[in-house]
Parts: sequence; structure tokens; C-alpha cells
Amino acid sequence: MVKISKDEVKHVAKLARLGLTDEEVGRFSTQLSSVFEYIEVLQEVDTEGVKETSQVTGLENVKEKDEVLPFKVDGEELTGEKLLESSGLPVESRQILVKAAIKKS
Amino acid sequence: MANLNELSIKEIALGLRAHDFTSREVTEACLGRVGERNKDLNAFVTVCEDESLVAADKADKALAEGKDDGVLMGVPCGVKDIINTNGVRTTCCSPGLKEFVPPYDATVIERLKACGMVMVGKTNCDEFACGGSTEYSVFGATKNPYDLTKVSGGSSGGSAAAVADNMCPYALGTDTGGSIRQPASFCGVYGMKVTYGRVSRSGVTAFASSWDTVGSFARNVEDLSYVLQGIAGRDRRDMTTPDIEVPDYTEFLGKGVKGVKIGLPKEYFGEGVEKETVDVVMEAVGRLEKAGAQIVKVSLPMTKYAVAAYYVCAPAELSANMERYDGVRFGSVPSEKSADLVDSYFKQRGEGFGEEVKRRIMIGTYVLSAGYMDAYYKHAMKVRTRIIEDFNKAFEKVDVLIAPVSPFPAFGIGEKCDDPLAMYTADSLTIPVNCAGVPSLACPAGVSAGGLPVGLQVIAPQFSEGLCLQVGEMV
Repeated sequence: MVKISKDEVKHVAKLARLGLTDEEVGRFSTQLSSVFEYIEVLQEVDTEGVKETSQVTGLENVKEKDEVLPFKVDGEELTGEKLLESSGLPVESRQILVKAAIKKS
Repeated sequence: MANLNELSIKEIALGLRAHDFTSREVTEACLGRVGERNKDLNAFVTVCEDESLVAADKADKALAEGKDDGVLMGVPCGVKDIINTNGVRTTCCSPGLKEFVPPYDATVIERLKACGMVMVGKTNCDEFACGGSTEYSVFGATKNPYDLTKVSGGSSGGSAAAVADNMCPYALGTDTGGSIRQPASFCGVYGMKVTYGRVSRSGVTAFASSWDTVGSFARNVEDLSYVLQGIAGRDRRDMTTPDIEVPDYTEFLGKGVKGVKIGLPKEYFGEGVEKETVDVVMEAVGRLEKAGAQIVKVSLPMTKYAVAAYYVCAPAELSANMERYDGVRFGSVPSEKSADLVDSYFKQRGEGFGEEVKRRIMIGTYVLSAGYMDAYYKHAMKVRTRIIEDFNKAFEKVDVLIAPVSPFPAFGIGEKCDDPLAMYTADSLTIPVNCAGVPSLACPAGVSAGGLPVGLQVIAPQFSEGLCLQVGEMV
């Protein structure tokens, strides 16, 4: 019987950078335990010598000519400035201003 | 004549060219139906009243000037809200993207615009296409047009309900584990899940990249063939679209099923599948046999492992795809002040994702974490290979497979919401098809005693969408 403890839930949430409430941690511990108990059924399958599938149509190393192509949207070229408008954060000199990533020592 | 919003794509196309009505009139009829019914069904999350009428007028003007872009020109449609539409809010039905307006169109939208599309609006779905009932949407559930206390199915429930309720003749959806076929089956319409790679996913929000497909809903097979013609084929912006010729899908219509070998996989008619559903599907199979098809019993023994393999692989891919939602380049920003950048990620992702998406990110992150990757993820990818081998063997013996889409008709709203495992296993008959990446067409087969639609699926080898349409037309 697989059991995903609250501590494990918290650890995984940290890896996923997912802020969870205590209530969510408790609920996910119960629910994930039952999901992983179900997934255990896969252990019945003999996969000795079987290759993993990550792509189903057999394509391999798809290549394209290395060239810059214009990206037109409804007839107008899509610019970097336009893409920056999607950010909810302040933009300065074509860069998005985020919180400090490195703490001052 | 029927009301304009009830016409098929073909009837609209003919009527426009015979000057019986204009695209504006058809579009107004569809918008009118949306206005009348959407408060009950919640199929559309954004209605494009002005934009659709502008597009309709443009189509009318072009047709009057003798410029014809084909059968889809001036025909209204709905688009699942995970497909990017330039200048029109695309929310993925997620709290974190409620105000997101994409600056470009998905390739499928670009292609349909070139065909003269008229988009009446964006349709409801489970957040990021994660769900099987359209209840996990920040906008609330889409109701089933046949019974407002039942779910529409999911994740593309809004598109299915909109087409079933005559709000538009066709709508786009996506199918990763059954998200087109199951709602099509619950709402009594046709839904085409294409071969993996047949239709470009550029500009369509990624859920599980080795499974995601884009397809459509319509009220008849012929209409589906027109939409598929418009969207299928190689796209430089999606490297998983192979350079395989797109056939003329209408050529498969009217051919009948004489001599077609249809396999019935016994696992899809067994344990867990309601008897009534089996009976309705078998009645339809009987009709196909009368029309000349040869019915063969087959077995796909790995079927029972598909849901488990899927719920390892798909959440793993989802958790990786969801990494981009950090509140920096797009989406909402945290409501509270953050101490630093990492803290802002925790806050944004905690607020910006709904419950089911969080649950799946957790599953995916767990199976990819140190120490578990081989036991879960790699093993599941090997099980997937064995499921594919099942299909390959079956298609050596038969041309197509026919099976129920769902083990039961539409379930009640709220019935499975608090039991994720019950929601997951409800997709037990659609997920194996996604494992193999083969096409499958959901067709209405009949109704249950309770008056709810029951659907069957026609499953064919990769890139044989035409064969699905040929057999589906005769169901």
C-alpha cells in the first residue's frame, strides 16, 4: 500500500514551486495515495526488453533550414514589444522587471 | 427551412452561394442562440459578438465580389479556450490566465481564417484541458444540453455542448486522453480525434506534449471532413507534424462499409462498462453488419493498464509544461507582495492554478523526482509501448475497431469532483487510443433509457482519418 505522507507532499510542492495551503497538503496526501495505489497495477506488466515510447509516429531529428522567418499575425509582424505587453510586471528598456533573484550578502 | 443556427456547414455554404441568406444572418442566428441558452449551459466563456459580425460581413462582401475561400467561408464556429486567438482573451479556463490576450493565432486559427472562419466565441473546458467533465473550470461547469443536471463531458465540454445545442455548426477542441470523444459522446455529436501530429498544435496550450491533438466537433460526418481538410497538414511551427499528404477527406464519404473488417475489442465491452451502453453500441454494430461490414472479435489485452500508464506519463509532461507559468512573461501576478523571485513563483502558482491542475503537477513532479523516475515514468513509457503493440496486432487483422467511447452516459454534476480516481478511470476506453496516437471518431450510436446520448468510437490505424469518416458516416 502506497502512502504519500504530508511531508512528501510538501517536498514535491517545493520541487514544483507550488504554494499549497495546509488544507491542500492534507487533501493531496490522501488523494495522491489512492492514485499511486492504483498506479501500482503497472508492476504486473512485464517490460523486460521493451523500449520506452516517447514519440508515436516514428519521427526522428526533424530539421528545418536555419533561417529567420517573419511571424505575421493578421498581416502585421509580431514584434518583441508586442510580446512584452503580455507581462503583468513592469517593463524597462525591453526587459521585464522581476523581484531580486539573488539575495544581497 | 430550419432556423439558420441549425444548419450544417454544407447547408450554409450552399445557401450563401444561392443568396438564400447572408453570413451575417447565420452569425446573428448563432449569436441569438448563444444569448438565449448560454446562461443555462455555460458553453461559451467569451462571446465575440462584434468580431464575428465583422468577419461575417467580410465573408459576405468577398463572396459578392466573386472571391471564394471554400466551404468554411462565412460559417460560424466555436473555439476551445486553450487555442490562442489573436486579440481575443484565451484563458485556458485558469484563474491565472483570466485576462490573458494572446498576441498571435494558433496555426489552426490562422488556417481557418484563411478559409473565411467566423468565430462566435471561445468555449469552456477543464483548466488546461485537465479533466473529464468541464467542472474544473474557473468559469464553472458546462451543463449537458440533454439534461442540465448532468455534465457535458470534458475537457472540451463547452465545444461539444455548443455544437449539440445549435449555437454553432462546428467547434474546435483538443483530445489528450479523450477530451473530444467523451464530451461528443455525452452530448450526442460527432467528434474527431486525429492521429498524433496530423494537426498542428502551434499556439495551442500544451498539456501533455506526446499525447495532445487538436480536432473538431460537428453534427454530421461530412461537416467534420470539411473542418479536418481546413486544419490538417504539416506546419513548420510544430515539428511533430509529419510531411504526410493530406487526402481529400470528402472522397471517403458515401463509400459504405461493404467488405470493411470491423474488430470489436472484447476488453471494451467487459467489466465496468454499463450493459445499456454495450447494448446501444452493439445495435449500431448490427446496422453496420447489415450494410455489409464483416464483424470480427479481437482482444487488446493491455487495455486495463492504459489509465495507469497515462496518469504517470501525462502528468509528468504536464508538470514540465506548466513550469512556464511563473507570472513573469504572461498571466496574472501574485495578489500579495513577494519577498523575492522564488517566493513570487510559489505565490503565483499557488493562486494561479486550480485544484485539478495542482493535483496533476504534484503527480507529475513526484514521478519525475529523484529515485522514482525509473520505477514510475520510464516503466510507464514501456507499458505504453506494449499498449501500442496491441493496436498494431489488431490492425493486422481488421481495418477499424469499434468500441464504446465511455463506460456510461453523462454523469451528474458534482458526482465525481471529489474523487479524482473515479474521474480518471471514467476515461478507460478513450485513453488507450491516445497511447497509440491513432485516430478515432466518436459518433452518436443511440440514447439510454434515461434519454442521454450514447456514443461509439471508430478507431483506425495512424493517418487513416478518412477510414474513420467512411465507417462513421454509416453508424
